[in-house]
Amino acid sequence: MSVFQNKVSVLALSSALLIAALSPAQAASEVDFKTAYAAAEAANKEAGRLRDQWTTTQAALDAANKAADAGNFDQAVASAKEAEALARASILQATSEKDAWKALEIR
Amino acid sequence: MKLQSAIQFASAAVALAALIVIGPSAIAADSIDPAADAKAFQKYFTDKFPRLELKDFVNGPYSMNEDMRRQWQEKEEFPPYEFSLEAGKEMFSTPFRNGKTYADCFPNGGIGIRQDYPYFDGKEGKVVTLELALNRCREANGEAPISYVKDDMAALTAYMAFTSRGKPFDIKIPNDPRALEAFEDGKRYFYTRRGQLNFSCASCHVQNPGERIRAEILAPALGILNAMPIYRSEWGGMGTISRRFVTCNIQTRGVPLEPQSDEYRNLEYYLSYVSNGLPISGPGARP
Repeated sequence: MSVFQNKVSVLALSSALLIAALSPAQAASEVDFKTAYAAAEAANKEAGRLRDQWTTTQAALDAANKAADAGNFDQAVASAKEAEALARASILQATSEKDAWKALEIR
Repeated sequence: MKLQSAIQFASAAVALAALIVIGPSAIAADSIDPAADAKAFQKYFTDKFPRLELKDFVNGPYSMNEDMRRQWQEKEEFPPYEFSLEAGKEMFSTPFRNGKTYADCFPNGGIGIRQDYPYFDGKEGKVVTLELALNRCREANGEAPISYVKDDMAALTAYMAFTSRGKPFDIKIPNDPRALEAFEDGKRYFYTRRGQLNFSCASCHVQNPGERIRAEILAPALGILNAMPIYRSEWGGMGTISRRFVTCNIQTRGVPLEPQSDEYRNLEYYLSYVSNGLPISGPGARP
């Protein structure tokens, strides 16, 4: 591949990325919401099994439901994804604390 | 080759010797030794607050400085828990519909026994707290259980604590692996970080007693249950041990467990045991 061809490829890729970035995102659908919500709920359930759920996860799940009820699926998906991230963080906390708690212990 | 074998043999011997020397202490570090834990726990606090008498730790934040102590002494002249104490006394002596009373469910008629709770029940293989025993007493006598976090339970435990005032906590851990595991589980819960704020019970009550968290002065973990139940100005009412655990979890943005879940029962067992020897001072009052 010549230097010229390389430059053309890079330019084409950059243009494609720029166009993609500037194009308005497709609005989320109810299906997107249901998928995102199910993933968040499953992660929160796992946190519950580990006895370490966070109140903020439930709040984000409630916000997702409320937005979906109002037909605002963009917001509903965003809240569901936030809930999933929080639930995953709580799982990480519970998992790492299995042994980490010993570092705090008075001996 | 002979030299290489000699080096290998010597290395193995050194490793074995190291295992013999290090092994027992490493194992000991992971073994369950409640007496050693309680000793270390009390030493930590008495070293941290050398001017405080051991028995004063039961006064929580009021023991932490002179101003707070004066506030407490003034409060004790007209204690805000008095109404609860009176209500508890009445409830305690009022017969159930079958004619029996709470006194029939407890040793010594329930008087002066607070310092013995929680205890490990060998038959059930679990920790039994005073709050749990009170509800079991109700159910055994055909009455509906009462909420672990509301006024009636606080009133009953306030009265029972009052009859034990001054008696040192005397929590026993029988030589039963299940009891030792319950103690260890309570310790694990106490030191485990939880909630979005990533706090353990120890973050506040071991690492920062006497310090402020917003407007509050944090109480030391040593003796923290001796004053329960408490009237809290923040709550505008009385609170049981269950309520204390639930609200602590919520404050760290963690979803609380059910009152009297195994974890909370074990936590109470651990915290009470490490305060053995300190007097019961409940019911108490806190800011």
